[in-house]
Amino acid sequence: MQITLNNKIEVFPNETLTIKEILELKKFTYPKLIVKLNDVIIEKEDFDSTFVKEGDNLMILHLLAGG
Amino acid sequence: MKNVHELKAKEKKLTEWSYVWHPIERGYNNRTLYVNVGTLEIKEKPVSQQMKEKFVGGKGFGLRLLWDATTPTTKWNDPENEIIISPGPIGGITQYSGAGKSLVVSLSPQTDSVMDSNVGGFFGPFMKFAGFDALEIQGKSDKDIIIYIDAINHKVEIFEDPGFSTDSHILGEELTEYFANDPKEAKNIGIVSTGAAADNSLIGMLNFTFWDVKRKKIRLKQAGRGGIGTVFRDKKIKAIVAKIDGVKPNLNNVADMEKITVPGRDYAKEMAEYDDIQNQMRKKGTANIVNVMSDYDLLPTHNFKFGSHKDAYKIHSDILRDKYFTQGINDACWIGCAMQCAKGVDDFIPKTGPYKGQKVIVDGPEYETAAGLGANLGIFDYDAIIEQNFYCDTYGICTITWGTIVAFLMECYENGIINKEITGGLELNFGNIPAALELLHQCASGEGFGKIAGMGVRKIKQYLIENYNADPNFLNDIAMENKGLEYSQYVSKESLAQQGGYAMTNKGPQHDEAWLIFMDMVNNQIPTFENKADALHWFPMFRTWFGLQGLCKIVWNDIIPPDNKFEKEPHKIPKHVRNYLSVWEGVTGIPMTEEELIRQSERVYNFQRIFNIRRGYGLRKHDAQPYRAAGPVTVEEYESRAERYDGQLKELIGVNPEGKTTEEKIKILRKYREEQYEKLLDAVYERRGWNKNGVPTIEHLKKIGMDLPELIEVVAPLQ
Ligand code: SF4
Repeated sequence: MQITLNNKIEVFPNETLTIKEILELKKFTYPKLIVKLNDVIIEKEDFDSTFVKEGDNLMILHLLAGG
Repeated sequence: MKNVHELKAKEKKLTEWSYVWHPIERGYNNRTLYVNVGTLEIKEKPVSQQMKEKFVGGKGFGLRLLWDATTPTTKWNDPENEIIISPGPIGGITQYSGAGKSLVVSLSPQTDSVMDSNVGGFFGPFMKFAGFDALEIQGKSDKDIIIYIDAINHKVEIFEDPGFSTDSHILGEELTEYFANDPKEAKNIGIVSTGAAADNSLIGMLNFTFWDVKRKKIRLKQAGRGGIGTVFRDKKIKAIVAKIDGVKPNLNNVADMEKITVPGRDYAKEMAEYDDIQNQMRKKGTANIVNVMSDYDLLPTHNFKFGSHKDAYKIHSDILRDKYFTQGINDACWIGCAMQCAKGVDDFIPKTGPYKGQKVIVDGPEYETAAGLGANLGIFDYDAIIEQNFYCDTYGICTITWGTIVAFLMECYENGIINKEITGGLELNFGNIPAALELLHQCASGEGFGKIAGMGVRKIKQYLIENYNADPNFLNDIAMENKGLEYSQYVSKESLAQQGGYAMTNKGPQHDEAWLIFMDMVNNQIPTFENKADALHWFPMFRTWFGLQGLCKIVWNDIIPPDNKFEKEPHKIPKHVRNYLSVWEGVTGIPMTEEELIRQSERVYNFQRIFNIRRGYGLRKHDAQPYRAAGPVTVEEYESRAERYDGQLKELIGVNPEGKTTEEKIKILRKYREEQYEKLLDAVYERRGWNKNGVPTIEHLKKIGMDLPELIEVVAPLQ
């Protein structure tokens, strides 16, 4: 599938993935995230039950502004 | 430890000055303390309304006083150079977290220009409670001295060092015992000191103590950057001590306590509820991001060549939490800080050096230390990192600076630029723990190759070019310094905004002005030059503000309130920004807006830029970066991330990488990245109200209320 991830086109071999799987694939391990799928905020507890599919717009904002 | 009674018997007072104490008014004493250690003159100076309006406090006061005390040609070791310590108007409150910071300002032996370094611990607030908004030290003594600010008897004394130990972890204990009439008074003593390395190198730092009530030991926080410890010892100051009769709830006599306590309590609640599922600052301190940086290819490895390493799991922050850091203890470096991130390792036993086999307490490692003395040196072993951390602290060496110096030397060694003959037998390969420790001990004692290392990266580079025919182009590319200061420990290659965040920093590449890597590289929130320029305006100004006030910037964004995700600009943690507006108003009684907050910083920031220009620096050419900070210098680096770089050649530059040698590809990528950086400078200068040469315009100075005649005089010929 091809999606927009953080305003960039990103292609994954799978047809659909959960947010949790995308986080793992991208190695996004930082805990302080804001996740928005097509502009809707997704809570952490829903990461493994929310599916991302072709054409979706996914924002994964890391709230890390340094030491 | 020396016998304190014997030391007391030898005490020889050189001078004493009495003052009339009066309570702080809404965060200000409205006077500063001037001490000349050469002439032994001690006096107070009034703080004018203009000084408060234009310079606020903290770094602002430091810069103003230093400007007035020096000329454009004053050198770091001239008697005119000063060390100024100032907390700021909010400094010393205990009802909002992280309000015990001080800013130390001086002319740096490393950069030959203005240095500022922020530090926690007790001294800054105690000096303020004693009656002074800043301590300004000038002159040079001919013998080792102690400056003692006695807030109980309202006296300032200078006396000869009766023979105290040199290194901070012992000196701090001795001085605490010396000045505390009984053990209960230990918590009322704040000390500034350094260690042996400050006598023998240009990279000496200052340790500020805080008394750990639970452990009943002194702890150390560092004003690390730029060699201010070296200036301290050049003035022959052994220590500065402030003693008060106790911290009480409202020594700042704030205007409206509720405006501080309400957000203060709310913040403490956020820490209590969410720290465990967010950063675990209370369990791991700032080192919690060691593994995060590695996961995102940002952990400097082998002199910033790479951002991760196969062995990085060996320094995962969980190991610090589970094996090293003492847990369940309040590790606040100032009273009332709910973040409590000043973690420590108790009963650590060094395997080398003068304290080999003794049980010591080690403050840290913080993130910068773990990265700088660990991954950047190819060392993935916390025992070795903690031992270097301990010795850097007690010897008075900045761990960030030292990490970048040794990493540079190791790359030089592995490239044959230096060898065993030059290093006096030290095999400075990446990962060589005994060699890294031996070099550190040599630096402290000023012996062997350690003496060379203690000059800092810029001067070592010149030394190797002049004495060993080293290739200046290669050294300039891999020497991670800008303005003469060593880079702090993040890989900035893939974040153009962070390259600016580093190399445009007034004092040199420290991350305290701007840390934009995630916003830029991962979140892709600031894709255009205009966006980046906006970020390189707002963040450095916002972060400068902490240094004007006596505040710790970690508190701002290392815990995130749960409703932050609904904010329009969540990356600014707007609720915490609003807290600061309330705290400022609570302390001073003056209403504050976000715009005025940024304006306060802008005034001081532009002043510092012009201070650099006054000294012959501060122009566009001084914002140049080493190419290692921007992209792959070597074939090894390029090929380690070939897919990424080849992709960029295709997508960003429109060049097909196929059929090209790695060297050719490096050249094309370099040209592109260097052009991008120049465009960034243009955009940021414009956003900051500076001309193409990086000089603040007179029009901008007028707009921000900084068209002071002495500033106009400097910038007018450069318009
Ligand atoms: S957040 Fe950490 S460094 Fe900052 S004041 Fe609190 S304990 Fe000290």
